[in-house]
Amino acid sequence: MNILVCISNVPDTTSKINFNDDNKGLNTAGLQFIINPYDEIALTRALELTEKAGGTVTVINVGDASTEPTIRKALAIGATDAVRINAAPRDAFFVASQIAHFAKGKNYDLILCGRESIDYNGAQVTAMIAELLDLPAITIVKMLEINGNTATLEREIEGGKEIVDCPLPLVAGASEGMAEPRIPNMRGIMSARTKPLVAVEPIAIDQLTEIVGYDKPKPRSTVNLISSDDVDKLVQLLHTEAKVI
Amino acid sequence: MLLNYKGLAQKIGVFLYKTSNNSTEKIYLLYPNFSKYKTLLLRHKKNKEMATDRFQGVDYFQIDELLTEEHILVRNSVRDWVKREVSPIIEDYAQRAEFPKQIIKGLADIGAFGPYIPAEYGGGGMDQISYGLIMQEIERGDSGVRSTASVQSSLVMYPIYTYGSEEQRKKYLPGLAKGDLMGCFGLTEPDHGSNPSGMLSNIKDAGSHYILNGSKMWISNAPFADIAVVWAKDEAGDIRGMVIERGMEGFTTPETHGKWSLRASATGELVFDNVKVPKENIFPNVKGLKGPLGCLNSARYGIAWGAIGAAMDCYDSALRYSKERVQFGKPIGGFQLTQKKLAEMVTEITKAQLLAWRLGVLKNENRASAQQISMAKRNNVNMALQIAREARQIHGGMGITGEYPIMRHMMNLESVITYEGTHDIHLLITGMDVTGINAFN
Repeated sequence: MNILVCISNVPDTTSKINFNDDNKGLNTAGLQFIINPYDEIALTRALELTEKAGGTVTVINVGDASTEPTIRKALAIGATDAVRINAAPRDAFFVASQIAHFAKGKNYDLILCGRESIDYNGAQVTAMIAELLDLPAITIVKMLEINGNTATLEREIEGGKEIVDCPLPLVAGASEGMAEPRIPNMRGIMSARTKPLVAVEPIAIDQLTEIVGYDKPKPRSTVNLISSDDVDKLVQLLHTEAKVI
Repeated sequence: MLLNYKGLAQKIGVFLYKTSNNSTEKIYLLYPNFSKYKTLLLRHKKNKEMATDRFQGVDYFQIDELLTEEHILVRNSVRDWVKREVSPIIEDYAQRAEFPKQIIKGLADIGAFGPYIPAEYGGGGMDQISYGLIMQEIERGDSGVRSTASVQSSLVMYPIYTYGSEEQRKKYLPGLAKGDLMGCFGLTEPDHGSNPSGMLSNIKDAGSHYILNGSKMWISNAPFADIAVVWAKDEAGDIRGMVIERGMEGFTTPETHGKWSLRASATGELVFDNVKVPKENIFPNVKGLKGPLGCLNSARYGIAWGAIGAAMDCYDSALRYSKERVQFGKPIGGFQLTQKKLAEMVTEITKAQLLAWRLGVLKNENRASAQQISMAKRNNVNMALQIAREARQIHGGMGITGEYPIMRHMMNLESVITYEGTHDIHLLITGMDVTGINAFN
């Protein structure tokens, strides 16, 4: 089984986010970048599947050379090889088009993404890749099992779960629960040194969207502590201020 | 409990249900909102030891830029592992003075045993800076856990690799790297600590084997170790190294109890009562004090990095606490005396980081002298201990509790400043090096 795992390079979850002076781009100064956590779940599940059934796990990232430490970490965790499409990701369609173009004709049994990236949270790439390759897309997947040529997937839906059977190949977006992310060990880090990481030039894609600007949310208001004895006041505030009851 | 959940639920006429797992209890208040129920989640920690580890690294001088991408990946991976496997349990084990044996497998899997031993013997094949960073991150969790990894790597695997025969290397190193075999190191004796050359442990040639007699003290990992690298004098008075295996007749390892330091690490004695040692267990390639001192150089180098970890954890905790703790109407971090402590801490950590990094570069090039290693060990451990004490003050009364790692680090560092060459002995090593005059005796 050959699996393609799409990984994004995103700011660490504890990062303080700032924008450039014109508010049109992320200010990356001082930011730590990590593998998008949902993509890490997808990668781990891909490794578990190929460890059981044999095969390869290729990771692909659309990004400039600065994303290579993130890709190298994916190799250290256990991916077989890696591809970097040498372009800064502009939007979801750009990224999906590059990945679909790369994957076309390579007969991957499974293409896995995270359900969304934690930076822009677009949650579009999974479905777009599937559409561009004319494959089924299954999003927000909490469990993925493969039996022969069929995948059984469990999806998170409002108030419950949905169980889907789907023939391979398919594109799926991984969510929590699919696998427990692995921490690279020293042997993995050493072996990642010699694993192939190939940079591929991007294809030309029309720009469909343009970022006009970013804005930060209003700073959080202060916490209003209520004494544990004063249930009446809490109820009143939940009603009048929070307006939730 | 912060709120009287039940009373609240009754008061506002909503449903309430409770879920819990090992670490947290979640209480949901469900209230109607148009067609759906919405949930209001209240949670509190069931177990204080399970508090999230919010540690963030310290890099005031962009020292990361001196490291390679791979070094940073090594450090971050071990940091993640410590947050997942060590921080949640260590305080509890330290309080109970018990070694968390289950982490041996994790230490082996992550690659903390013999990172710089070549891969053909099961080691990591990494450089010395990677080794240092691994020690830093493990000691950020706990000096006792770092001690276990240091002993296994530098005091057991290193001598077997450096002084051992090919048969000895093949017999022991792969099992040690996997954690299937655990080792300890016997040099210090009850009456010979800073002066190891006066040791009384001895071997006598008995034809087909040697007979070993003597005892060793303050031995990390001794109570559970499968093998011990032991140093003893032969009949010619030369110090020889050898591997002693658990189960050899006359070899016992009584545990040392009642420690106020390294409580999550097992310490013991090694007692040899006419132990028959096969001749093939003696290291063929070293004689004299330079054998154990070579091991100590490697371990002390790791300690110079490890201490930075303990210091960073104390600083990180103190910095966060000083921003959260409000007195006289403002966070205590806003007072000059607190800022003085914090500013000095980050300054000292930065200096120690640069010292360790430079020592790592020299060690990678095989140019680090024993004297340079002494200076770095002495400076960095003392730095960490002073920071632990200052950080304890910033935490006020909270600093003495197990809610924060400070007191545990501080007590651990009292051992670290004494073992592997005391603070004073390292000073005399520098003194002798710069003056050319021996002040030891």
